[in-house]
Amino acid sequence: MTRTFLARNPSVLWFLAALAIFTLTVTVLAEGLGLGLIPTAFVKVLGKTLCLCLVALAMDLIWGYTGILSLGHMAFFAVGGYMTGMWLMYARTEEIVVQALAGSPIPPTPDEVAQGVATQIFGVVGGSDLPAIWSFAHSAWLQLPMVVLVPALLAMIFGWLAFRARVNGVYLSILTQAMTLALALYLFQNDSGLRGNNGLSGLQNLPGLGEVPQSSLSIWFFLASAALLALGYVAAAFVTSGKFGSALRGIRDDEQRLRFLGYPVEGYKLFVFTLTAVIAAIAGAFYYPQAGIINPAELAPIASIYLAVWVAIGGRGRLYGAVIGAGFVSLLSSWFTGGMAPSIPLGFYTIHWVDWWTVLLGLAFVLVTLFVPRGIGGLFDKLPSPRRHGAQLGPDDGALREKEADA
Amino acid sequence: MTTIAPPRITSLLEVSGVSVTFDGFRAINNLSFTIGPQELRAVIGPNGAGKTTFMDIVTGKTRPDEGTVTFGEVPRSLLRMSEAQIARAGVGRKFQRPTVFEDQSVSENLILALKAQRAPWRVLFWRETGQDRAKVAALAEQVGLQDHLARKAGELSHGQKQWLEIAMLLAQEPRLLLVDEPAAGMSFLEREQTTALLVELAKTRAVVVVEHDMEFIRRLNCKVTVLHEGSVLAEGSLDHVTKNPQVIEVYLGR
Amino acid sequence: MLRFLLPLVMAACLALPVSAQGLADLLTAERAQIEKPSRQTIGPVIDAIVATGDPAAAAMLRAWADRGLGLRKADGAFLRIAKTADGWALTTLEGQDAGTAAKADIVELKPNAGVRDLIGAALVQFTLSDPDPAQRTRALEAIAKSPAAAQLQPLRASIPAETDAALKARKERLATFLTLQFEPDSAARVAAIESLAGDTSLEARAALNPLLATRRMAAAALPAGTNLAQRLTPGRDLTEAAAYELLVASDLAPARLTLQGQKDTLAAHLADGAVAGVPVADLATQAGRDRAYEALEKAGTVPAAATEAEVKSALAAHVFYDAFTEPDPAVTSAARATLSSIETRVGAMTAVDLGLDALSLASIYFLAAIGLAITFGVMRVINMAHGEFIMMGAYTGYVVQQLIPNYTVSIIVALPLAFAVTFAAGVAMERLVIRHLYKRPLETLLATFGISIALQQIAKNIFGTQARPLTAPAWLDGALSLNDIVSISYIRIAIFVLALLFLAFFLWLMKRTRLGLEVRAVTQNPAMAASMGIDPDRINMLTFGIGSGIAGIAGVAIGLFAKVTSELGSDYIVQSFMTVVVGGVGNIWGALAGAAMIGGFQKVIEWLNPSNTLAAQTYMILFIILFIQFRPRGIIALKGRAAGD
Repeated sequence: MTRTFLARNPSVLWFLAALAIFTLTVTVLAEGLGLGLIPTAFVKVLGKTLCLCLVALAMDLIWGYTGILSLGHMAFFAVGGYMTGMWLMYARTEEIVVQALAGSPIPPTPDEVAQGVATQIFGVVGGSDLPAIWSFAHSAWLQLPMVVLVPALLAMIFGWLAFRARVNGVYLSILTQAMTLALALYLFQNDSGLRGNNGLSGLQNLPGLGEVPQSSLSIWFFLASAALLALGYVAAAFVTSGKFGSALRGIRDDEQRLRFLGYPVEGYKLFVFTLTAVIAAIAGAFYYPQAGIINPAELAPIASIYLAVWVAIGGRGRLYGAVIGAGFVSLLSSWFTGGMAPSIPLGFYTIHWVDWWTVLLGLAFVLVTLFVPRGIGGLFDKLPSPRRHGAQLGPDDGALREKEADA
Repeated sequence: MTTIAPPRITSLLEVSGVSVTFDGFRAINNLSFTIGPQELRAVIGPNGAGKTTFMDIVTGKTRPDEGTVTFGEVPRSLLRMSEAQIARAGVGRKFQRPTVFEDQSVSENLILALKAQRAPWRVLFWRETGQDRAKVAALAEQVGLQDHLARKAGELSHGQKQWLEIAMLLAQEPRLLLVDEPAAGMSFLEREQTTALLVELAKTRAVVVVEHDMEFIRRLNCKVTVLHEGSVLAEGSLDHVTKNPQVIEVYLGR
Repeated sequence: MLRFLLPLVMAACLALPVSAQGLADLLTAERAQIEKPSRQTIGPVIDAIVATGDPAAAAMLRAWADRGLGLRKADGAFLRIAKTADGWALTTLEGQDAGTAAKADIVELKPNAGVRDLIGAALVQFTLSDPDPAQRTRALEAIAKSPAAAQLQPLRASIPAETDAALKARKERLATFLTLQFEPDSAARVAAIESLAGDTSLEARAALNPLLATRRMAAAALPAGTNLAQRLTPGRDLTEAAAYELLVASDLAPARLTLQGQKDTLAAHLADGAVAGVPVADLATQAGRDRAYEALEKAGTVPAAATEAEVKSALAAHVFYDAFTEPDPAVTSAARATLSSIETRVGAMTAVDLGLDALSLASIYFLAAIGLAITFGVMRVINMAHGEFIMMGAYTGYVVQQLIPNYTVSIIVALPLAFAVTFAAGVAMERLVIRHLYKRPLETLLATFGISIALQQIAKNIFGTQARPLTAPAWLDGALSLNDIVSISYIRIAIFVLALLFLAFFLWLMKRTRLGLEVRAVTQNPAMAASMGIDPDRINMLTFGIGSGIAGIAGVAIGLFAKVTSELGSDYIVQSFMTVVVGGVGNIWGALAGAAMIGGFQKVIEWLNPSNTLAAQTYMILFIILFIQFRPRGIIALKGRAAGD
């Protein structure tokens, strides 16, 4: 069975091999465990990029394969981050509070510690009580399952409402964007229970690992992210191969036809929407400890649009395309915005890339949409292949066909 | 002395008193229609007579304002079921223009259509068995696509797509087939084959053919229902209905 | 005038410690107080000065308040002083010239602001009958600002002789306010209160509300003569903890032992790693601490803390109540009745005001969305850069204002210019990008997003990140106030009018012009339209340009009340799309209904929870998601086959 699965998906092996080589190289060169040629900060950037590649995979699954342009998956990503962030911040603050109270002659009661933690965390928004949503934050065993459960529930409720009403195409995109905006606006409030626009911080400190230097931690996180990406890739390949993948592409190209074949299309959409939301949340749960801080700005609708941009530039409808797009664009982006790209003096004006990178990205995106709809991944099609010829069919041409079917 | 005989199934699909209005336009008006479990039926009528809307109602795409639609040996109302549920209950539909998944290979198209569990979880862990492969090969052979199994459906000719769609319909193993203008865009030879196939199919299931082409209907040699302005104008053999003065006036006469 | 005022003033002042006497004598007697006045003690002195009835008293007080009063060191005489080049020019209080004096010979009196207020209040009594109406108006303003019992009589007395009708009305009104607060006669106060029934002005409510101020009290039994507002039952009207705290605060019960207090006590009795035999390690739980404290209590080391049962019995033994600070029950019940009648009217007015607010918000959404109603609604092109066109319009307005300083002229120039700029941008975008993506809506969405982020960043690079002002002409400043509750700013009226104009323009364009006919033809069936000689390319280009141009004009309008930033457009884009989607795509009335619904809904939520506009937006979006459940095609939906998709 595995043989046929991998035989049908040769790209999985290639991808895993490439990822393994990349991971090994970085580990050997990194500051924490290896030769020290790659600084810790850059290891973190690479680790974060791997998480972004994972969420791009999820995006490809929902958009490239199923044809649902969700502009809300970065919201699930951030929710995943918030869920781990709550545990990390609570545990870290608890350590600090216990340390501070250790000085007093009478040892603190658990209630006093909890109260101290609450004051420490919520003092910044003028609160001193732990909101109900933090009920599980004191325990990793209770809180970490929330990384999966909360986004899954959110996706299921939203998806059930939207798909049941047969909201399609751009309408669904706008609706997902509105959902993201609503969530972001909610989190921006101080009484949301998640510290308003201060967000959660200090997430890079793992509880109980205060002695371990960041250079080592960053490598462990990097390796974990790589393993997660590998796992995610195999899972995505499994989902998109075989009859299920066929059905997903059927939804993308002509969902009405699939319905007449007896497939409960709404159920499939809900399944994929929830699955990808969970993948995105897990990616976020590993991303934000590497970033160290999370705040509601991470949920801004524009973040989800960038996600779509990565997948489109990488080439949607193929898993490695999404990974390439996310890795390429986000690394390029941090190179440009990090001030590392050389400025271009024009005599009358100097182009500073910090200012102009976004413009370049926006225009590049337009050009890719217009002229390279298959993205970077499409370059692989230039390799001689006997299998693919005939009319090129993107996800959106399907909309046209559906109309004809209705006539 | 009477013996209690098992109830004889007289009808598979029963549509009665159905009406549909779009923005004041009455597309279907008090339509009633019945077809037996093994019957071939042709539906004719001028443009706008409500043929497509009738199919939409049976397949769940359009909800009627009033009336009932029941299906099966133990009659179940179709009105509360979704398109997918109706399809799973055994109603297959072939569209006027061939609608196949053009970005997928012929065999993928057929596998999608094979009668099997449709729930996402079941489909996710579905694995092809030798039996499935044999079925796909047989279906492809039946419609003459056995050499094209690996090709993308989008690369097929128009007629081949028609055949692929018919094969997909057969793969679903429906008990009621709704076929919309099967002869459109087919060569003479292909029409012959189609006619033969439809007649053959009607021996084991109900088949409703919507068609304009009188020659084609004549060859089907079956009961004909004439629709006009959303309701049944006449029913009977082709000869019978073509002699009906009303039918001549609204349809044949023009 | 002063003559018959004075007896009244004197009557009011009789109770004061300083008895009426000649001004000069009084000043001599109170010299120290006047020289270094303090707000706490100067009151009676000022009242006494007024009570002398001396015409010079007014002049003296006025000079004092204006820091124009001096004290001659030589003889202790008070004089009006004015600065000259080398010292002071002097005038007696009676107004005669008194020569000059060197700087060092005079002590300049500089009363602080608090004292000056008191002097001002005293002066009011003189100015109420000043021949200059402006002075009288100022006096009334002073009374309204700081009403005092002493003003009541002079104010009443000045009414009959008042010649100016408006001022007279004002005086009568103020007299009512003073009466209901300070009049000793209960019936007169009640009458004054009842005369305010139905008066929704802020002033009237501000005058009535203090009468109903309450204090929360606890006592063993209800004291006689209490003007009771409400009796309170612990556990229902207030928590038992709060009730007990009230008892503690009124010294009616001993304080409860707090957790912190317990901890401190334990820490104080810590000895040899244990407290009363309980090891320190056990004190990490509340149970352990209780045990240690009980042990201390038993040993008699600490006083016994109030137990739960004691707390209960203390609560049962006392009454808790809210008492009016106003002792007269007739007054409080009249005030309560009058206020509730006023509140009803205020409620109705607030609803009207809310309606106006919602209307103006709806006009803004409509303005932002009407361009979309053309590009998205009619052409089905989803343009995510629409918000950036709004922003471009706003910046065009800003640039024009930099060049043309006259705000009226600059707005008149900016409107067509903004249209031209965004029309050109729209046409360029249609030609270069959108044209290639017709029938691929998701890709259009993404490509226009690319343009959107590029335009936003370009605006940021050119204009910076700080907000740029787009100033409205002076004639748009201010607001149309119907009363203290209902008011609407002129800018919002202008935007409402603009929205109506756009609606009319849209209807005219689509229904009455050749272009509109061709647009409808092209959107319904491009191939058929082309075969009839209509050039679909040209029509698409023009339509898209017009839709974008309207966005530009909307940008100028929105920029007038919102700060112009590069994010201006993205603030509106989601709401704009929501407006079009909720209303029903492809129908201008739908956009109107959508704008009205979203605007109204948002205002109602804001009204329910005024502190939190973020929550309002969150709930609005959730509402929209739910709304789409029930009307997936919007409020005004195209049905049946015409719906297309």
